[in-house]
Amino acid sequence: MKEFKGRVLAEGKYKGKAVVSHNGVNTLATFRSSVLAGKKKVVCSDQNNPDLYGKNLTGVALCLPQTIGSTTGGMVLQVVCSMKINPSCLLFSESIDSLAAAGVVLSKVWEDSNIIVIDRLGKQFLDTIKQDQEIEVKEDGTVVLL
Amino acid sequence: MYKPKMKLTTEQMSILEGKQGETKAKIMETIVRYGDIFDAPELVKVTHGEGHLVTSFGLSLLKPVYRVMDQIIDAGLKVDDGFTMDPRPLDTENVPYNLLDKFINKKILYGAQDRYEEQLTKVGLKNKDAFTCACYFNEVGNKPKKGDILSWAESSAVNYANSVLGARCNRNSGMIDIMGSIIGYVPKFGLLTDEGRKASWKIIIKTTKKPEPQILGSVIGIKVMEDVPYIVGLDKYLGNELTDDVCSYLKDFGAATASNGAVGLYHVENLTPEAKELGDKLLLKDYKEYIVDDNEMERIYKSYPVMWKNKDKEGQLAFIGCPHLSFAQLNEWTDILVANLKKHNNNKLNIRTVLCTAPGVKEEFIKTLKYQELLKTGATLTCICPLMYTSNPLTHSRRLMTCSNKLRTYSMARFYKIDDLVNELTK
Repeated sequence: MKEFKGRVLAEGKYKGKAVVSHNGVNTLATFRSSVLAGKKKVVCSDQNNPDLYGKNLTGVALCLPQTIGSTTGGMVLQVVCSMKINPSCLLFSESIDSLAAAGVVLSKVWEDSNIIVIDRLGKQFLDTIKQDQEIEVKEDGTVVLL
Repeated sequence: MYKPKMKLTTEQMSILEGKQGETKAKIMETIVRYGDIFDAPELVKVTHGEGHLVTSFGLSLLKPVYRVMDQIIDAGLKVDDGFTMDPRPLDTENVPYNLLDKFINKKILYGAQDRYEEQLTKVGLKNKDAFTCACYFNEVGNKPKKGDILSWAESSAVNYANSVLGARCNRNSGMIDIMGSIIGYVPKFGLLTDEGRKASWKIIIKTTKKPEPQILGSVIGIKVMEDVPYIVGLDKYLGNELTDDVCSYLKDFGAATASNGAVGLYHVENLTPEAKELGDKLLLKDYKEYIVDDNEMERIYKSYPVMWKNKDKEGQLAFIGCPHLSFAQLNEWTDILVANLKKHNNNKLNIRTVLCTAPGVKEEFIKTLKYQELLKTGATLTCICPLMYTSNPLTHSRRLMTCSNKLRTYSMARFYKIDDLVNELTK
């Protein structure tokens, strides 16, 4: 079992599946279609992200370097959390970017969301973790690859 | 109560403690928490008070946004100096919609538009024409000065304000923009600091001709992501002055860096304000290099997926102007379309074509003879955001064409180089 430790931005425990994007996740492009259609689950609609395109992102641990793209991103994350179709965890290999950070804060302050967010897990985290791998996330920011 | 890591003044602390009301306290908490994530030492005053909001669309599903807006209105809060907005989503006069589109757009998709605009008016929307992604156009007038601190979010406007105007703004998210504008403070980190404005990439342009801005922006954005690039060799094609044409180029280039990557600031050697002032002192010690030549431009262009179901069929609808076209670009596009129609012995464009611009620019352009020339080609001029046209799922099966890399990224529209698009439209 491999372990990685990062900075806790929103604590919580999780055990379940990891979905991995090796490239930056474009929040608007990823969540747009599911939000617009009022779906109960998010299916990634970002044509430019071969790792995530077509995958379910609701209730999983989304592992990513950072988010990219439109600056509606944070607000989109707030809406996704408000609709309760968000990933359970966001696990960033790098320092969180400003759009995702805004989304996390908006979700916590205005939506009382229980999304778990850890950043600075390191490049090796993304190099090691496999698509659909089972993982455990601890409250102290430890991520265990099972 | 949230315990801030950053140092707050007595006044800021009292707001956070709720002494000026619960909603204002929540807004302050949002701004402070946001800054704490980036170890911001303090909040700084927003010196360009005129805001610009990225969320201009009354999508029925954005309930959290309307709920927060209601709380802001109920608390009697607003943006004192007013704000402009990104473009409206709909224009039934100048953009083609069928009856079902109209029903879905008005009643379902953007069913909250009227209510949302009422809310916006109450919190400081400047006027009914304040809707454009390019609020910094002279015809619109929301144009910060060098060194101004902003609380904006629209990625292309932030990118332009930082890079071309020399103002200071982080790549904030929607909702953070209005909250910073209401509270009058933003956290000091990233692009608000001298260090954060330094470049970790040196981009060397070695193309054999002036690179198309939307492709060059994409090439650089994909490579540097959120980092600051310092670009050398582009002044060879753009010169050393920020003329209207150069500003239009940089607007399109910057929007592509921001949407295909996450660039909030770039420097162009000998051209943009800070690059002219500081030169290569803007480069960090351990910067990386990236050479962009014709092959690299072509490699990235060829990597764009075509999302049309039938890739061999002709396009059905072309959008030009994402970000919104400047006055100079409207003139240029009209000349290009007219000249190419003539070359092909045609009078009208063979594919429905919509040009997008800011309301203030449209108002000036329609007074000119050039506008009549444009109308004769069959093209129409709108002030909507073309991306919002594509929010309607019925449009997903339509073969949309564009020369905007931002629109391509967020929709099923097919990207064309400018010459190829013109040829398709006029042949």
